[in-house]
Amino acid sequence: MSRHATHIAQPVTVSRVMMKVLAALLPGIAVSVYCFGPGVLVQLLLATLTALGAEAAVLRLRQRPVAPALADLSAVVTAWLLALSMPPLGAWWMIVVATLFAIVLGKQLYGGLGNNPFNPAMVGFAVMIVSFPAQMAAWGTPLAAMDAAAQLQWIFTHTLPAGSSVDAVSSATPLDVLKTGLLQGGQDVAQLLQQPRFGQWGNAGGEWVALAWALGGLWLWQQKLIPWRTPLAMLAGVLAVSLPLWLWQPAHYASPLFHLLNGATLLAAGFIVTDPVSGSTTPLGRLIFGFMVGVLVVVIRVFGGFPDAVAFAVLIMNMAVPFIDQTTQPRVFGRKGGRHA
Amino acid sequence: MSTPPTVWQDIARKGLWQQNPGLVQLLGLCPVLAISNNVVNALALGLATTLVTALSSATVSSVRHWVPHDIRNPVFIMIIASLVTCVDLAMNAWLHELYLVLGIFIPLITTNCIVMARAEAFASRQPVREAAWDGAMMGLGLTSVLVALGALRELLGKGTLLAGADKLFGPVGHHLSLQLAGPDYQFLLMLLPPGAFLGLALLIAGKNALDARARQRQTAAANPAPLANTGTTP
Repeated sequence: MSRHATHIAQPVTVSRVMMKVLAALLPGIAVSVYCFGPGVLVQLLLATLTALGAEAAVLRLRQRPVAPALADLSAVVTAWLLALSMPPLGAWWMIVVATLFAIVLGKQLYGGLGNNPFNPAMVGFAVMIVSFPAQMAAWGTPLAAMDAAAQLQWIFTHTLPAGSSVDAVSSATPLDVLKTGLLQGGQDVAQLLQQPRFGQWGNAGGEWVALAWALGGLWLWQQKLIPWRTPLAMLAGVLAVSLPLWLWQPAHYASPLFHLLNGATLLAAGFIVTDPVSGSTTPLGRLIFGFMVGVLVVVIRVFGGFPDAVAFAVLIMNMAVPFIDQTTQPRVFGRKGGRHA
Repeated sequence: MSTPPTVWQDIARKGLWQQNPGLVQLLGLCPVLAISNNVVNALALGLATTLVTALSSATVSSVRHWVPHDIRNPVFIMIIASLVTCVDLAMNAWLHELYLVLGIFIPLITTNCIVMARAEAFASRQPVREAAWDGAMMGLGLTSVLVALGALRELLGKGTLLAGADKLFGPVGHHLSLQLAGPDYQFLLMLLPPGAFLGLALLIAGKNALDARARQRQTAAANPAPLANTGTTP
């Protein structure tokens, strides 16, 4: 906005907001592509096409106008968030199935944009991690020397050109390596973290991607598109569980920094818990919602069966949102008591 | 117009479609969700439940004049439990492999709401033949839902149909099993409990959609729509 008088306010439309969210994802996408190769872009493209196709198909079935719903770009945001949570070099059908579940089951069956109680991208992710744990664990090796053609061949045919090794396309994520290492026993966290996969800060290559998500999230906050409460509360929740555990037994529990820079923690803080549809909307509710997501992320990561937990934590708390919102209604000005707003 | 349906047709239509225990009354959901992971299990449990529902309805109806109103429920449960015990022993003897797979869900037919509901709501007020027919139709309605859900989950989850049919039909069942996808194919979600909930929800939605369409067609047929206003004058 200009500093001079006579402002003509631009109307805030859904598509403008979504456009900015997509823009905020760009730095993270750029770093991802640098780290994991152009396969990331293929995942994004596949997800976008599937999401738009699925959205159009269901809207037609529901006899609703198709064009405005596609133009609001909300399906594209879901598709991108999902594609960025999935393994960068996963097979093509995985991202397609995940996006179908996200859009059809997570969003449209509940009535489309604004009516879905669950974050659609997280629904798609949860379906995949529950159904195909092995394939979802095969993450790309960061900074592996692999050209675009080989990545494409791997994604679409699941074969590799001669001379490439499978190690280049699939390595477990740091969260996974740590979890399996600790389960096998014999090594404590510090010894496990010596492996090159962890790099200096616990996630070689991945930490830059994570920081780029944080950058995008900060920009969204500066643009007043996301509230500060939910992301900060979520990070506080992560710290609230991981810090005491780490201080208590550093040999058995990873540091808070490890939890912040690994998995989808910062992506979720900027882009997933801030979803205005499936998240809480009252000021206090946002704090509770974000904090509990952060707590659950670490609890499920450390004590649960799956390596990363953002999707489960968000879905569980999505279920609690109606209750949180109802009990944290702010007091309407001029009335006494907050519950009768 | 056709002749009004007989009482038998009416009972059958209600059990199989209008008041389908699985899709409309939503009774007996525990076995429906738990045992519908493949067609054979679903069919076996459905038929066992049908047998129990039909026999218990007939029995309850035949003693209805001598059961004091205040203690009718314990009496009905005793009748149902004895019938379930018979089915349980019979399956253990003749379909032993299947019996091992279905496990606790055979004895649990005793507590299946649909058996109790038909005894209470229908059999305790109707003649024996009607009650038996009602029990059989309700049981078959439940069986059809179980089999449809089992087929959906087995097909999407493992890419097979009627796998292990020999457990139910004997050696000839080997020829009934279909393998429609590669042996490595597995979509775990459909085999796990979420698949049962999603599948059942889709079946219910499908039934409601069919009913809504039928209603629309009926009203359209009953009072023909006025000429559509196309905006042009002839």
